[in-house]
Amino acid sequence: MDVLVIGAGPAGMAAAHAARAAGATVRVLDASDGTGGQYWRHLPASRPAARERVLHHQWDRYRRLHQSLQSDPGVTVSLEAHVWAIGQDDAGLTVHVSHGDVDGTGQRTETLRPQRLVLATGAHDRTLPVPGWTLPGVVTAGAAQALAKGERLAIGERVVVAGSGPFLLPVTASLLQAGASVVGVHEAARPRRLAREWLARPWELVGTTHKVSELAGYARHQVRSRVPYRTGSAVVRIHGEGRVEGVTVADVDDRWQPVAGTESEVSCDAVCLGHGFVPRLELAIAAGCGLTDQRFVAVDAHQRTTVAGVLAAGELTQIGGVDLALAEGEIAGWVAGGGDPSAAHLSHARRARSRFRRFADRIEAAHGIGPGWTRWLDDDTVVCRCEEVGYGTLTRVASDTSSVGLRSLKLTTRAGLGLCQGRVCGRTVETILSAASGRGSVPFADHTSTDRRPIAVPVRVGDLARPASPDVPSPSRKDPA
Amino acid sequence: MRAIVVGAGIVGAACARSLARAGVDVLVLERGAAVGGTSAACEGNLLVSDKTPGPELDLSLLAADRWATVAAELHEELGAAFPSVEYERKGGLVVSTTADGADALRAFAATQRTAGVDAQDVDTAGALALEPYLTRDVTAGVLYPQDAQVQPVTAAEALLASARHAGAIVLTETEVVGAVRSTDGRLIGVSTPAGDHGGDVVVNAAGPWAGDVARRLGVHLPVLPRRGMVLVTTRMPHRVLHKVYDADYVGATQSADADLQTSTVVESTAAGTVLIGSSRQRVGFDDRLDVEVVREIAAKSLRIFPFLTSASVLRTYGGFRPYMPDHLPLVGADPRLPGLFHVTGHEGAGIGLSVPSADLLHALVTGSAAPLDPAAFAVDRPTLAPYLEEAS
Amino acid sequence: MTPRPVDPARDPAEPALATTVTIEFEGRRYEGVRGQTVAGILLSHDVLDWRTTSVSGAGRGLFCGIGVCFDCVVSVDGVRDVRACQRRARGGELVERQHDRLPQPREER
Repeated sequence: MDVLVIGAGPAGMAAAHAARAAGATVRVLDASDGTGGQYWRHLPASRPAARERVLHHQWDRYRRLHQSLQSDPGVTVSLEAHVWAIGQDDAGLTVHVSHGDVDGTGQRTETLRPQRLVLATGAHDRTLPVPGWTLPGVVTAGAAQALAKGERLAIGERVVVAGSGPFLLPVTASLLQAGASVVGVHEAARPRRLAREWLARPWELVGTTHKVSELAGYARHQVRSRVPYRTGSAVVRIHGEGRVEGVTVADVDDRWQPVAGTESEVSCDAVCLGHGFVPRLELAIAAGCGLTDQRFVAVDAHQRTTVAGVLAAGELTQIGGVDLALAEGEIAGWVAGGGDPSAAHLSHARRARSRFRRFADRIEAAHGIGPGWTRWLDDDTVVCRCEEVGYGTLTRVASDTSSVGLRSLKLTTRAGLGLCQGRVCGRTVETILSAASGRGSVPFADHTSTDRRPIAVPVRVGDLARPASPDVPSPSRKDPA
Repeated sequence: MRAIVVGAGIVGAACARSLARAGVDVLVLERGAAVGGTSAACEGNLLVSDKTPGPELDLSLLAADRWATVAAELHEELGAAFPSVEYERKGGLVVSTTADGADALRAFAATQRTAGVDAQDVDTAGALALEPYLTRDVTAGVLYPQDAQVQPVTAAEALLASARHAGAIVLTETEVVGAVRSTDGRLIGVSTPAGDHGGDVVVNAAGPWAGDVARRLGVHLPVLPRRGMVLVTTRMPHRVLHKVYDADYVGATQSADADLQTSTVVESTAAGTVLIGSSRQRVGFDDRLDVEVVREIAAKSLRIFPFLTSASVLRTYGGFRPYMPDHLPLVGADPRLPGLFHVTGHEGAGIGLSVPSADLLHALVTGSAAPLDPAAFAVDRPTLAPYLEEAS
Repeated sequence: MTPRPVDPARDPAEPALATTVTIEFEGRRYEGVRGQTVAGILLSHDVLDWRTTSVSGAGRGLFCGIGVCFDCVVSVDGVRDVRACQRRARGGELVERQHDRLPQPREER
């Protein structure tokens, strides 16, 4: 195996395909039991859909990539492969994988030493805490999408969608397609900012028209379905006894601070929250990759990270959606596979990368989280869901200990120490603790972050105790879809 | 009197508290964040069980007494809202799983008893009664009721908060880069990038970096790092009731072997997780994840608690124990540089020994009665002499 | 019912007929179709919470849906900490709620 690709979403699939084109043999690992990542999540092989395509965008592109990887003997796709650690030693990187049912026991573990590694581990939803957000029936925007596409299940009958970012639109569309009634979509960004970021310098959007029309299509669908879409609006409280029964929505100003007197009540039975995305950085950090100031994996023009032999593509380098992921994946895979980085045929991918990076920049500028959101928190609003650590606890402990160290603050508050290891709350906890410690945006004095997780996924003691299988590729568990 | 304490780990925090409460003007200088070094990578052991009779055991027995008092003082002073120190006198159970191991363990416990340790022999049935999930292969056990546990980070932060309340100033992100000396060569302060700070005494409590600090101040100190890793499980029903160790733990702490040494240590925490250790390696300050170490710790733990096979390891952490070449903590004035004191070299016992070490330092600095004979921990002890170089 | 499956007969994606699978949870049997996750089956029967938190005893169920938040963990056939949103049901599983109360210390401070 010349190239190991971690992640079989759009970026990883494009990388694997391009690495093959460059002449390398390729191994792809993904924790799921199907390719496609989140963007192309679909019904599983045990329940195939004849017209799966109506639920997706660029489905043909996925099918072509999937078929090409399946049929190519130079590619081995290992599904239900869980990379639980990347170690560094003097000989290079070791990639540690466990194989089997997610969270199973008796997993076979495997140790790989790839010559080239492409990280395409994607991103997950960022959700800001809201009073009542731990009620059953509150889910992320991504969860609503995953249930709708992966199981044809609507999360509720009367759903409120709230947060920020264009992702709220396809989520709403999926919910509508799954038969839910979406009673409102609440986008926190205000119209002036949205207009300023989206409509300015329209020439930069040339070449992204399918993206724009995709979003316009969602918007039209919503209008036809009479789904109210409110800007400068946020869910500031979620109510219910044991499950969601309603929300309080309010206007928010340019800084996302709730405007007093604008509250109204909306009854609903499910809430989908989505405030953008957080890249899944743990494996990149474990491999030693440097990060940008915006906390993405730093890559050069060829998608190479700061670690020799390691490349990265997709949401890891910037939250930019499927088109950017496919472009970056193609470049990363070609270069990882030994292809000439200046090859002419990459120019299309390079142009697409530039275009969609600018597109992504607009999204961040328009929809980035404003600092006033903490005003909608109560003292007892849970911030770390796993350990049930409240907002008041975080600020009080920061004050009582005068700590400026994130590690110490985690251990004194327990925030980020639970099952999700800070994936859901980490950025939020850092924001709150920074403010409470008076550090503003200066990194903590111990220069660590909640993105660092040497153990990337839980692994059973018994599986660790048995020696790993020898370093040979395992027979692939191919997605028969 | 003004004292500068270098290092805001648990030892520095304990020293700062002890001196500040005695009326000394204390300034703590920490190059990073407080409790950001070794103290943030510990298990929170307050043990007598793993010590052979000698000065360190005496210090540990003192620790066992003092921690009960200090934990209560901190709780009283800081209140219930302050993160809990989680002091628990849960007791330690050392177990052997071989016949030879049983003999060695009982012999060892017998020597400890002569030094005043409460060490209670238990047979297989007794061990299983104490720990129902223990391996059935246990051949012998010794229960040490004096062993206790704290949460090391909250304990260190509590000591530091108490020091602040007593007037200590703590400056973080402040690195000591050199010494300030009087014309007659006495140490009268330290220099940092932001300026000099004066003090009548400087206390080097920088843990595994104490050698580096000493060098910057002008003396050689052979403190070496010994890497250790801990595995943390997900929360689970409470099954491990004491601190439980494999009897080979004792051998590991005393050995100078450079190769990887692992010895099983398992304990529950107040948060419901289980901590699984331990490992010792001399790899300098290399903090890269070594998966082989993780595997070996996991494998050995199953010999003691087979039920752990289905436990999920959620995270790992590692740190550097500071140790002296003669395996005794270092507490005392540096005869080569008047004004300089060292409190370091606690190897794997720093959390527990922080408090009595601070007591000892306090006595030496203020000239009051020492709680035990400081000679064994002194800089000029005979066993350390071969490793010290002359001051420059 | 609140979360609800799309009626296969009217689903524009036209999913194939799938075999039924049944899981057991808290003394009741819940039917779903092959390909569904444990979480999906429970949700489709309006079971929204299947875990109880340690500190406050609150109910949790699905949150992120993609396997990163671990809110949804259950015991499956005696094996703990299984993400219900990721584990596909094969049929016959015994699913149990996890409620890990914090250990009581042996001695108060």
